[in-house]
Amino acid sequence: MSDPVISVRNLQVEFVTRRATLRAIDGVSFDIHKGEVLGVVGESGAGKSVTGAAIIGLIEPPGRISGGEILLNGRRIDNLPPEEMRKVRGRKVAMIFQDPLTSLNPLFRVGEQLVETIRTHLPMNERQARDRAVELLTEVGIPAPEKRIDGYPHEFSGGMRQRVVIALALCAEPDFIVADEPTTALDVSVQAQIISLIKKLGRERGMAVMLVTHDMGVIAETADRVAVMYAGRVAEIGPVRDVVQRPMHPYAKGLMGAIPTLEAATDRLVQIPGSMPRLSSIPRGCAFNPRCGEVFARCHVDQPLPLPVQGRQVACHLYENESIKTAEVAR
Amino acid sequence: MLAYILRSLTQATLVMLAVAFIAFSMFRYVGDPVASIVGQDATLKDRQELSESLGLNDPFPLQFARFLGNALQGDLGISYRQGRPVADLLIERLPATIELAVISAIVALGLGLILGIYAALNRKGVIANIVMSVSLIGVSLPTFLIGVGLIFLFSVYLRWLPSFGRGEVVAFGWWTTGLLTESGRKSLIMPVITLGFFQLTLIMRLVRAEMLEVMRTEYIKFARARGLSDGKVHYRHALRNAMVPVITITGLQLGSIIAFAIVTETVFNWPGLGALFVRSVEVVDIPVMAAYLMFVGLVFVVVNLIVDVLYFLVDPRLRGGITVPAR
Repeated sequence: MSDPVISVRNLQVEFVTRRATLRAIDGVSFDIHKGEVLGVVGESGAGKSVTGAAIIGLIEPPGRISGGEILLNGRRIDNLPPEEMRKVRGRKVAMIFQDPLTSLNPLFRVGEQLVETIRTHLPMNERQARDRAVELLTEVGIPAPEKRIDGYPHEFSGGMRQRVVIALALCAEPDFIVADEPTTALDVSVQAQIISLIKKLGRERGMAVMLVTHDMGVIAETADRVAVMYAGRVAEIGPVRDVVQRPMHPYAKGLMGAIPTLEAATDRLVQIPGSMPRLSSIPRGCAFNPRCGEVFARCHVDQPLPLPVQGRQVACHLYENESIKTAEVAR
Repeated sequence: MLAYILRSLTQATLVMLAVAFIAFSMFRYVGDPVASIVGQDATLKDRQELSESLGLNDPFPLQFARFLGNALQGDLGISYRQGRPVADLLIERLPATIELAVISAIVALGLGLILGIYAALNRKGVIANIVMSVSLIGVSLPTFLIGVGLIFLFSVYLRWLPSFGRGEVVAFGWWTTGLLTESGRKSLIMPVITLGFFQLTLIMRLVRAEMLEVMRTEYIKFARARGLSDGKVHYRHALRNAMVPVITITGLQLGSIIAFAIVTETVFNWPGLGALFVRSVEVVDIPVMAAYLMFVGLVFVVVNLIVDVLYFLVDPRLRGGITVPAR
């Protein structure tokens, strides 16, 4: 396989507060290759968005990257000086935010925002940048782009605004794009359009996409691989089919079990008892131990590290033996 | 656009009518104009004749209509005390007040914006914190105290600046200015600070608060995520959004700078409209008081009109109609 576009290695992000230093991300690692969509799922506060923000260098104080490294096409970008990182941002790595209604500046025409972004990254004059802006709007499926380019954000519907946001993210043909819950704020009917647009653009342009979402349906439909996050750690990561249909980590099992299906009509959905721990009180050992049905002594002592099991990585002591077996078979 | 301005204009006219009505009512209910004009030994007949010749026996609506008609032609009546047309008195005093108010406003707005933006962008900086602390004084100290304090320091103790009056002024037609002479400029310094300091601190704190608010929004985050430079993010995207509420408050404040320069003018014995008004109140010179009331009303109405138009220019969402047909 080719070298990954984005490689996150043992990333740690901390938030320094007056009382304590909270570790929001604790040893997250994953790779995303050209044209690949990595879905990232997990409860609110699991660290999905923070991971995305860390990659594009937009962690705001008091947060900071306290360990690990982020490589873009093999080059470290987590320790770049701010001005260098600014040039990477939007040019090589881009981000789409949750709420298209608030991600566009209401006082500027859509065209002004596009042209400004294009000219920040590419050596173009006003005219060329405008032509490119029209092309981008066409590409993301805005009808009559020559006219709509002079409209203000409030003149666009939610779905159309998200298309504009996507066009803005694509201005400089980035290699990697973080889509942070891009459909949460949209109508269900529009969600599917936006998701398929992101998927299509990722494929056509060979972009690596990190798709952060709560929506397992979106993941199943769009992602190539999926990472399940819990309390700032990756619980399980692997090909989307395997993880969704046969989850291994007890938390992933619980999460997938909580998805209603039409085939198996049950009265109650499976619930994971309890709730995710606060960052200030993550238990020793495995962060999931208070809620896990298969917990045993070791879970309270050692923090499980990601183990390769059956073509995926699972951070759970249950699979220690299987992991060794996998390794032996490989040998 | 035209409809919007027309609507604003209609509102402005209605407000002015109401103000004129209140001003006019003063003649009827605050003191007796006849008694104010005639001497103590006038007979009842003299009084009735005067009342008749002044039109005071006509029905109320007719009197009001006459008052309005005259006011529109620039005839605001004759001062009871000085026996001169009120319009002349106002015009004589206007340049002093306008000069003081406009310079204060420019200083307050300019410095307020610069310091507010600075304080917002360097929120934890030492200078920003000092500026914020000092501004607290400005917001809480009463105007006259600042004026008196300045006089004590610069006129009494250091003897650098004159404590009263406008100094030498140069006249251009009916307009007079103190900007062209050294004594005129020196005389302006303390009144300008006194009148503008509160506004400056208010604008500064407002700009800072609005900037901080806007900096937290998603579109600023997205602007950063697109790789725009800090300059563009701060001065183009954030500032323009922060300006919308700032324009409202600043507009009202600038109106009040012109209208209520009374305290400052009294402290510095500034020969402007405020001082004229204070004197008129002392001697119950109702035509002058009524005219001043209308002048203040007019200033506020005009400032609000300008604010409405500015809104319109800054915020496309107010422009109602859609520039291109929606999908």
